[in-house]
Amino acid sequence: MTFKINFRNIPIHATLILISLLSIFPFIWLLSTSLKGGGENIFAYPPTIIPKDFTWANYTGVWHRVDLMRYFINSMIVAGGTVLLNLILSALAGYPLARMEFKGKKITFFAILATIMVPFQAIMLPVYLITLKLHLVDSYSDTLGFIGLIMPFAVSAFGIFLMRQAFLTIPKEMEEAAIVDGCNVFQVFCRVLLPMVKPSLAVLAIFTFIGSWGEFLWPSIVLTKEAMYTLPVGVNNLQGMFSSNWRFIAAGSIISTIPIIIFFLAMQKYFISGENEGAVKG
Amino acid sequence: MFKYYGKYAPYLFLLPAVAILIVFFFIPFFQTIFLSFQDYTDSIYSTTFAGIKNYTAILHNPVFYKVLWNTFLYLIVAVPILAIFPLFLAILINQKIRGITLYKILIYLPVIVSIVVAAIAFKWLYAQDGILNYFMQILHLPSVGWLTDPKYAIYSVIIVTIWKGIGYYMMIYLAALMSVPKELYEACDIDGAGFFRKHLTVTIPHIMPTIALVTTISSISAMKIFAEIYVMTKGGPLNSTKTIVYYIYEKAFENLDLGVASAMAVLLLIIVMAFSLVNILCFERRKYDI
Repeated sequence: MTFKINFRNIPIHATLILISLLSIFPFIWLLSTSLKGGGENIFAYPPTIIPKDFTWANYTGVWHRVDLMRYFINSMIVAGGTVLLNLILSALAGYPLARMEFKGKKITFFAILATIMVPFQAIMLPVYLITLKLHLVDSYSDTLGFIGLIMPFAVSAFGIFLMRQAFLTIPKEMEEAAIVDGCNVFQVFCRVLLPMVKPSLAVLAIFTFIGSWGEFLWPSIVLTKEAMYTLPVGVNNLQGMFSSNWRFIAAGSIISTIPIIIFFLAMQKYFISGENEGAVKG
Repeated sequence: MFKYYGKYAPYLFLLPAVAILIVFFFIPFFQTIFLSFQDYTDSIYSTTFAGIKNYTAILHNPVFYKVLWNTFLYLIVAVPILAIFPLFLAILINQKIRGITLYKILIYLPVIVSIVVAAIAFKWLYAQDGILNYFMQILHLPSVGWLTDPKYAIYSVIIVTIWKGIGYYMMIYLAALMSVPKELYEACDIDGAGFFRKHLTVTIPHIMPTIALVTTISSISAMKIFAEIYVMTKGGPLNSTKTIVYYIYEKAFENLDLGVASAMAVLLLIIVMAFSLVNILCFERRKYDI
């Protein structure tokens, strides 16, 4: 097999390789630190990328002292619940907005659109007060705590509009045929329409998952019990637990990143194909 | 098409989503405005109407001006870089060359990874005897207190935000580049236009709306920065990295000064909503079909 080298492309490759290295370098350096044993000075000049005193001890150490598995499970519950509710509620709400005529449609449409403009950060205080009033915090019970973590993000205008657009593209004859066959409106929705918008549901699920998985502000406001920590909160907490033990902090951070990197690589076409551009940004 | 659904069906379908939006969006929205006119100084349980007291309190607080300045710095440093640099990268990556997918994955990786891990990774790079100061030493420059010197800390934090945003905006630009008609590039080649000329005369004018879109959305996210600050500096040293959202958080949840926090939140609401309105009306009409 022969490679044709196009010399005109060399500057382009050089630039892209440099940028790619800069993109991952902070992680590489963290990874390197996490694999260095006590015999090696992690502040040594010149720094060494390949550990001289290679060890897994920091990983086993942090794994035994911090319940990272618990944080991971908590994150899965919160992200899973958030995704599930977003899919159901967005699909339900998107359908009448796309297909039905009813009184108050216009105002509902613009009211939902208006929520896009409101940043959560500006209303987080009353959201917290309401969540407290509804007892959706972990001091009452773990289940209520999870519900409180999920509810403010259970539906988004973005999701509703995404599903509305998806329903708009389905030919009306599909519904008419189903009605003639004797389906009622809920059967039309579940059996005919939902299967046809699967690609949009997948996009919504993936981007909601990423958003929920990385969410830091809201859990750090509502959570009081360490056993309820999600991964971002738990990882931030490593800094306090191992004040200057950067080997442990680095190992814990790297462990916490593995699940989302696997998810990203598995779903990469959704992120980098260029078809779902600008889907979600925190 | 005949109306096959009952009179109440549309409302039933909308009910769950609208109920949640009312409880967690509309009520908090109006409550934020209400709280900003309440006095919490004596007790957080019995409040009195405060008029515009919370607003005047903010205006007389020097920290507020520091916070505004920091947010302004974010807008004038991070936003132009995030509007231009990812476009340059997208143009490079849009060429027919090997290894495109790998480049895209690596450049997009910071977008996917939690901001908390990213902030910790950078905190480690920024350490006093850390690797970045080693590079400074190689360049015969004095070592810098990246996160401890009030002069530089805000820029160190801005770098993290930029680093984490590049891949995201690059993908937006890549999608936009696909819509530029190829014939125009061919015409350029026939005319013998070079790389820069080609993109200045064809690409940039064609994707001007996308550049404007990226500018508004990166401005909006710049005004919502929180996690980077919380993980790396807690707003310090000397308030030099305190941003609006961090200040609201501190006032509300640490000082329990709910009135002042809400007045700050109302200001944030006004600014962000103005930007979002421009965004929706000018650039995203198609997305929402209005």
